[in-house]
Amino acid sequence: MALTVLATNNWYDLRDLSNLSRVILEGVDRFAPHGIVYVLAPLIGFAASFLIFVLPSQLFVGVYGERKLIGRIQSRYGPNRVGPFGLLQPIADAIKLMQKEALTPWAADVAVMWIAPIVFVAPCVLLFAVIPFGPRMVFADIPTALLYFLAVSSLPVLAAFMAGWSANNKYSLFGAMRVVSMAVSYEVPLVLGLLGVVLFTGTLGLQDLIFWQKDNHIWLIAVQPVAFVLYFIGVSAELNRTPTDIAEAESEIVAGYLTEYSGMKWGLFYGMDIGYALAAAAFGSTVFLGGWSMFGLDRWVPPWMIIVGKTHLFYFTFLWTRATLPRLRIDQLMTFAWKFMLPVALANLFIVATERIIWTENGLSDNIVYLYAVVNIVLAVALLVGWSRFLGYRPERTPSKARLVYEVGGYVPVPVAPAKGEGRP
Amino acid sequence: MNGVGPTLAFYALAGVTLIAGGGVMASRNLLHAVLFLILSFVGIAGFFALLSAEFIAMAQVIIYVGAISVLVLFAVLLTPRAGRNNGETKMLAPAVLLAISLAAVFIFVITDTDWPTVATSPSLTASDLGEALLTTWVLPFELASVLLTAALVGAIMLVRTVEEEAEDALA
Repeated sequence: MALTVLATNNWYDLRDLSNLSRVILEGVDRFAPHGIVYVLAPLIGFAASFLIFVLPSQLFVGVYGERKLIGRIQSRYGPNRVGPFGLLQPIADAIKLMQKEALTPWAADVAVMWIAPIVFVAPCVLLFAVIPFGPRMVFADIPTALLYFLAVSSLPVLAAFMAGWSANNKYSLFGAMRVVSMAVSYEVPLVLGLLGVVLFTGTLGLQDLIFWQKDNHIWLIAVQPVAFVLYFIGVSAELNRTPTDIAEAESEIVAGYLTEYSGMKWGLFYGMDIGYALAAAAFGSTVFLGGWSMFGLDRWVPPWMIIVGKTHLFYFTFLWTRATLPRLRIDQLMTFAWKFMLPVALANLFIVATERIIWTENGLSDNIVYLYAVVNIVLAVALLVGWSRFLGYRPERTPSKARLVYEVGGYVPVPVAPAKGEGRP
Repeated sequence: MNGVGPTLAFYALAGVTLIAGGGVMASRNLLHAVLFLILSFVGIAGFFALLSAEFIAMAQVIIYVGAISVLVLFAVLLTPRAGRNNGETKMLAPAVLLAISLAAVFIFVITDTDWPTVATSPSLTASDLGEALLTTWVLPFELASVLLTAALVGAIMLVRTVEEEAEDALA
């Protein structure tokens, strides 16, 4: 897997932004005292990433796009008062949030309550360290980047728990318990799904995964469709996006673990929710959608534009599900994770292992990937449809008995068989 | 470990881990103790990363910080009388005795072992690790998984109530 660098080393070659920063730093190093570059480099990196990725994504795609698009999908206007088309709404929101008082209840655990937003923010920034934005534009090209992503993305759960517990409020604690149990449940099928990808490609590095997809001229979403479905559902459950945001379900438990938070302490949680969604979208588009490669288009279009575009496309599907689907109940979500997703993930793992063994033991050429893609798509449809037919039931128009009581798995007291005509349990 | 960076990182990590470990002992609030324990786990993961054992560092974070600590939190939350201030206990003297004997064993092992050092760190990848686990050390590996499965089944058997048994018998 040779590192095929497409961009030249000239500063005007915008296909690799590291050229520009390198030229600037070398120029500064020529006349500035030694050591200034080490201060300047992170500043340039911060400014560039802020201008290219964070500001447009976080403020305009995240806050504005989230409200406006969801508004349009749900036949509402969305924000339309501040600035043209309501474009300045996120800035107005940010100013409002900063002015608000960050209340702390007197019975709360003050230290933990103040540390929780910080613990929530830090992993989000760390996550982007391993996302490759181009052939050479990756901050930490570690060989176990996929594992790194999974490890770091399991940290915000702790922050949510700290937030919920420290507020000393029943509903906060309920929300925190829900976050933790959801994250633990959905982590299992998510990791098993990604294990299929790792098994098939034989690498844990994100950059290597992109080169694998580039060399074979195929995206992993075609080779591993089940893994993609598992990743999408699992990650939106872990992110607490709306179809699965039972942790802050306002119709059940006020606002979950965020009940007692206000002002910028709440703002950090809200902003970083979008940050985590973007990180998950960037990771998903790197693993399943080819990352910065685009079937040769990355030769002409800057790769960092391609990955940012794919990230926002992926993020749009998050928005779409959020705007369309109603919230699920907690027991439905738990049942779905353990009874639907886990067996599907295990079956997928079995299929992938078999294919991989056939591939390597017989020394077949790499073109078999295309055959496997067709086979896997057919198997994925069969697996998902068949398993949901087996587990689920058609909605009844005229139910004869209280079926939901059995479906939720709650405790149904049926001590003795009731006599005929005595009524239903 | 050469250079200013790794040395600084080592002392910073050692400080974090030791302070967190002290916090586990000193804090009177059980939840604070668990949070300190998680911080010390993170410090240990940092040590692994410093020893260029990336895979183990990641596994440490995933398993200890992501999963085990969450289970500990659950256990603490579901334990009755695990209040916000439960410092007093009658078991103080035995605990101190146990800690001293454990520390004695550790100190003996640390001083008695002839720690081997290598000039260059061996470059171990995740695939090397997997190969070693599934060829040389396959028996302990499988035994560990059997043990975990047994623990899983046992835990499920322990927490099932009579009502749930009756309900499952109906279904």
